[in-house]
Amino acid sequence: MLLEINPLVLPDIGLVFWNTIAFLLLLVVLGKFAWKPILKAISDREQGIEEALAKADKMKADITAMQNENEALLAKAREERATLIKDAKEASEKMIADAKDKAKSEYERIVADAQVAITQQKNAALTEVKNQVGTLVVEVAEKVLRRELSNKAEQETYIKQIADGVKLN
Amino acid sequence: MANDTTAVATQHVAKEEGSFNVTETILEHIKDDHSWHLWGHLSISLPVILYSPQGLEIFSSSHFLNEHHENVVYEGKQNYKLFDGKTKVVNAAGEIDMAASKKLWDFSITKNVASLFISVFILLLVFLTASAAYKKTGIKTAPKGVQSFMEPIILFVRDEIAIPNIGAKRFARYMPFLLTIFFLILTNNFLGLIPLFPGGANVSGNIAFTMTLAVCVFVVVNLSSNKNYWEHIFWMPGMHWSMKLFLAPIELIGVFNKPISLMIRLFANITAGHILVLSLVCLIFIFKTVYAAAVAVPFVIFIFLIELLVAFLQAYIFTMLTAMYIGMASEEGHHDHHPAAEGADKELAHH
Repeated sequence: MLLEINPLVLPDIGLVFWNTIAFLLLLVVLGKFAWKPILKAISDREQGIEEALAKADKMKADITAMQNENEALLAKAREERATLIKDAKEASEKMIADAKDKAKSEYERIVADAQVAITQQKNAALTEVKNQVGTLVVEVAEKVLRRELSNKAEQETYIKQIADGVKLN
Repeated sequence: MANDTTAVATQHVAKEEGSFNVTETILEHIKDDHSWHLWGHLSISLPVILYSPQGLEIFSSSHFLNEHHENVVYEGKQNYKLFDGKTKVVNAAGEIDMAASKKLWDFSITKNVASLFISVFILLLVFLTASAAYKKTGIKTAPKGVQSFMEPIILFVRDEIAIPNIGAKRFARYMPFLLTIFFLILTNNFLGLIPLFPGGANVSGNIAFTMTLAVCVFVVVNLSSNKNYWEHIFWMPGMHWSMKLFLAPIELIGVFNKPISLMIRLFANITAGHILVLSLVCLIFIFKTVYAAAVAVPFVIFIFLIELLVAFLQAYIFTMLTAMYIGMASEEGHHDHHPAAEGADKELAHH
């Protein structure tokens, strides 16, 4: 046979047998105790590196976000401060204006009150004068009547005298 | 190549004339042997394990040789003698008993088997050490020592061989198989390049070794095949029916052709390299002058360096083609995507 002529291409059953055993042994032992843990360690490490990188990226993004937030906060605070100052200014101005208004109105009220009081007192005084004039007129009339004046001239002088005696205020 | 009797005859002639038979010498170095030649007359006798209808026999291969290093008959349960390195049953007259020899199973620990065991030992030592290093130092530290030497190669097998050919979803369960094949071939290729013990055996250039691996690949490829793969073989979609009939036998041959090509490629490449190196060394003996070494030795070194590359390349090609065949066999069809199957694959990949 052709195969028997060249021993190189004629497989020995012994080597096939031992090679099968050796290969299966290697496959099982290395598969369980070498390839599996090694591949797992490698993929774990790769995953770890990936995660670490992702984490770093996320942290970077977080820091940027934080900075942005801080800036926004600062800007807001500044704005708020400005508003506050503005408000306070407005309030104080308003207060001053209010106080002025109030003082003015009070003054006007007081003046008005005083005028009313003066008018009242004046009226009261006038009333009193009128009453006194009335009383005086009655008294004079009484005196005139009591004296029964003899002469007309004397009478007139007397009325005049009385009239002079009446002093209006 | 000469047959047994002429080979023996030429050897005799060669011995008588004190000349040198190149073919014999080279074949002797490439072939398997029952003893491991070290140097001069020193060699290691390896155990012979025979199974015949008479039962199991184990004895040292030194019984095949007498004190003058000549082949003699060993008298066990039957009479055995080595012919051209192969154990045969002989009759009382010292001739080969063909009928009895056919029933003889030779499971001897030959030079190649011993070398294979050494490579298994080296692989176990190296990778169990590396594995222990991962366990010890954890995944936070950078790899050290043997671990750092092996990790790039393992990553190479994973990232350049397994993932591109099988796909990121399914590659994980084939990784142990691919890594074992790759490193077993690589180790034996390198051991074969070392001229002295514990190298010197031509394991990966032996057809039995490559055949065993090819059969393993054949089994794994077919176990991982799916409906889509067989449909493309027996009833190629998108073709006229006559073309389908025409293609089916061709594709079917391809199923067997792939592992056979793996077997022959590795065997031929490694054997060819060994023959080349040995031929160049033999130039010195052919020209019968030491000055031939001035030409032969630089060439040998040059070929040797190429062989170092080939040792890696052949391990890579064998593994890559294996991954490719697995990928082809387990590829999902483009037309009918099963989300359930995909999910299962993903789950497996995570384990």
